Amino acid sequence: MTEAHTPAALDATERAIINALQGDFPICDRPYAQAAATLGLSEEELLERLGDLLLRGVLTRFGPMFQIERMGGAFCLAALAVPEARFNAIAAQVNAFPQVAHNYRREHALNMWFVLATESADAIADTARAIEMASGLPVFLFPKEREYFVEMKLRA
Amino acid sequence: MKPVAMPLASDADDRALVLATQGGLPLTPQPYHAIAAELGLAPVEVMQRLRSMLARGMIRRIGVVPNHYSIGYTANGMSVWDIDDDAADAVGELIGTLPAVTHCYRRPRQLPLWRYNLFAMVHGRCREEAVDQVAAIAALIESEFPASYRAHEILFSTRILKKTGLRIAG
Repeated sequence: MTEAHTPAALDATERAIINALQGDFPICDRPYAQAAATLGLSEEELLERLGDLLLRGVLTRFGPMFQIERMGGAFCLAALAVPEARFNAIAAQVNAFPQVAHNYRREHALNMWFVLATESADAIADTARAIEMASGLPVFLFPKEREYFVEMKLRA
Repeated sequence: MKPVAMPLASDADDRALVLATQGGLPLTPQPYHAIAAELGLAPVEVMQRLRSMLARGMIRRIGVVPNHYSIGYTANGMSVWDIDDDAADAVGELIGTLPAVTHCYRRPRQLPLWRYNLFAMVHGRCREEAVDQVAAIAALIESEFPASYRAHEILFSTRILKKTGLRIAG
């Protein structure tokens, strides 16, 4: 899947939807109708707009964000120092692991940063080892020792 | 690689709900009814379980996840800080209150390669804006904890390689 890397042309309705629905999506019989009402839209229009925003990649997801750590699982930030010539091949290898939830290229000697999400804490180390075997590169793990703030909401 | 078969949720129906919704909510007028039909549960039970998972923190939130670039944030920087271990928590709490910061964590150093122990994500509509945000964080740390600050860097993301979010195996 290719992700967009440039700003999309968004109209005022789309911005309003993105700003209003980054949390607190209703849990009720007709949640789209309820959310649409607060935005001054019809249920049908909100559904169409959401489908379109997802299709265009403006939204990467729409639904519940699970906190796997509260369910016995684990998240862990990890990084690789990938030789430039092998970058795309290694990215494909790393992304092929379902445990890799996000992966970003960054400007540093450690140039590939990804998040592992696994169903048990032990599986983080196992997955890291499997990625080391596949890539031939050492995986650096940066487990979270403390979380001070997480509020992943940005104004469109 | 074979996924680890561990009980994820507190019970089988919660786990089934994770599996049914981790890819997203159905775009139909009654999405919880659609999930209920798929799982063989009553719609009211699906809604109760989701509310309970929210209350217990198993679900952080329900909503849209925008691609940062698409909504105009093209300068996404991971600012990383080398802070005296004794002051790291106090500095983390302080940085976490800044509106520009969306995540803030303490993580282990990986010496000698990696000296940083605090991570704070910033998002700008251009690099200059993100650099200014990080400069403001640095100024704040240096004024509040002058003896504890040693160094910082910003690692900008130059490409999203994957952004699917959590996917557990069914």
